[in-house]
Amino acid sequence: MLEPMHANQVVGKYRQYDQHLYKQGFRHLLVTDIEVPYPDGKLIVSRTDTQGIITHCNQSFVDMSGYTEAELIGAPHSILRHPDMPTLAFKGLWDEVEAGKIWHGYVKNLRKDGAFYWVYATVIPNVREGVVVGYTSVRRKPSRAKIAAAIALYQTLKLKEGNHWEGPTQ
Amino acid sequence: MSTEPIFQLTVSPDFTPAHISGWYIFNTWLQRNLNVRAHCELYDDFESQRQAIRDDRVDLIYANPFDAAMLVREKNFTAIAKAIGVTDECVIAVAAESSIQHLEDLKPGARLAKTDDPDINLIGMIMLESVDLNDDSVEPVVVDSYVLVAKALLRGTADIGFFLKDSCDEFSGAIRKQLRPLVHSQIGDIQHILLASPRLVAHSASLRHALAEMPNNPQGNSVLESLGFMGWQLLEQEDTEFMIDMIDTLKAK
Repeated sequence: MLEPMHANQVVGKYRQYDQHLYKQGFRHLLVTDIEVPYPDGKLIVSRTDTQGIITHCNQSFVDMSGYTEAELIGAPHSILRHPDMPTLAFKGLWDEVEAGKIWHGYVKNLRKDGAFYWVYATVIPNVREGVVVGYTSVRRKPSRAKIAAAIALYQTLKLKEGNHWEGPTQ
Repeated sequence: MSTEPIFQLTVSPDFTPAHISGWYIFNTWLQRNLNVRAHCELYDDFESQRQAIRDDRVDLIYANPFDAAMLVREKNFTAIAKAIGVTDECVIAVAAESSIQHLEDLKPGARLAKTDDPDINLIGMIMLESVDLNDDSVEPVVVDSYVLVAKALLRGTADIGFFLKDSCDEFSGAIRKQLRPLVHSQIGDIQHILLASPRLVAHSASLRHALAEMPNNPQGNSVLESLGFMGWQLLEQEDTEFMIDMIDTLKAK
């Protein structure tokens, strides 16, 4: 079960959410509008098992998420899920990778300190001897134009889900 | 006449020129330590090396990670080792006096000097993607070596260039002074690997043992020095599968 976020770990003014995560129940989130820029030249890499539990993460993942490696290994990947992201975006991800396909998309991720960072994520199934044994995700720096387009799309999807986009719009 | 097979050793064509002789020395070491006959064949470009792989002429290869997928998944090569502390990183640079100060200053139509080095080109284009440039919006200037990439920048026939970081580090001080890096990758997980063909599999255990022992004897140390390596880290097949998965995510459009 994911730990709730605590006010003493969060920097700046925050919004509060109770987020429902698949197989994890509700998690209390504290979310700020502080963006941490994606560093040039780096890739964030992680692997999960077939249930989405993190089994490997690189140093860039640790640095950008704000969690320690010990906190990340064994945690569900949804520890990064930002409440501004529409549920439909992640449904698309799981539909694709469970069908053995590659998924990519623009994702707003939540840090431990309540701030966020945008990534361009690619997820592929790890196939060994014909069997999917897990997933590898590689995140890279997105362009500002692509982020703006993603925000416009996600605003529409949030409305379809009966919610509003409450984060910054650029 | 001997019927013993002659194994072919080859090296990814992006090896640094300073270490050409090192690979011939490694080939001699290989023959002595495995008690086999081997021939070192260095190809001028990636395409001719890939053709040799497709024709099953290659038995041991220090491979560019971009080609690892074909070698492992199509040709059943086995991961043996990687050089300790050596990773493939890309530097995007301009001429020192260029008006381009940041990647954001680049516009569609920018002239990009590059070699045919597939993993460096892939990493470089990923860095340009963050400023909305892609293969269709840059004008490629393809040359045969990183020295020629530098020359293209200095002569003004290209605006930016992709370099393998290790190659940049070997440039003379005079060339380095005339170049200015804009950004460099810090990936750490992508590197060349030594892979053995199914024909060499009977020797793979002794090869792994000999590679691991190289730093522990004067002869092995001398070979490592000529290659510019500190030593070898033995690989499990899953280590290579992981890197192939990573490359596949980066290649995916």
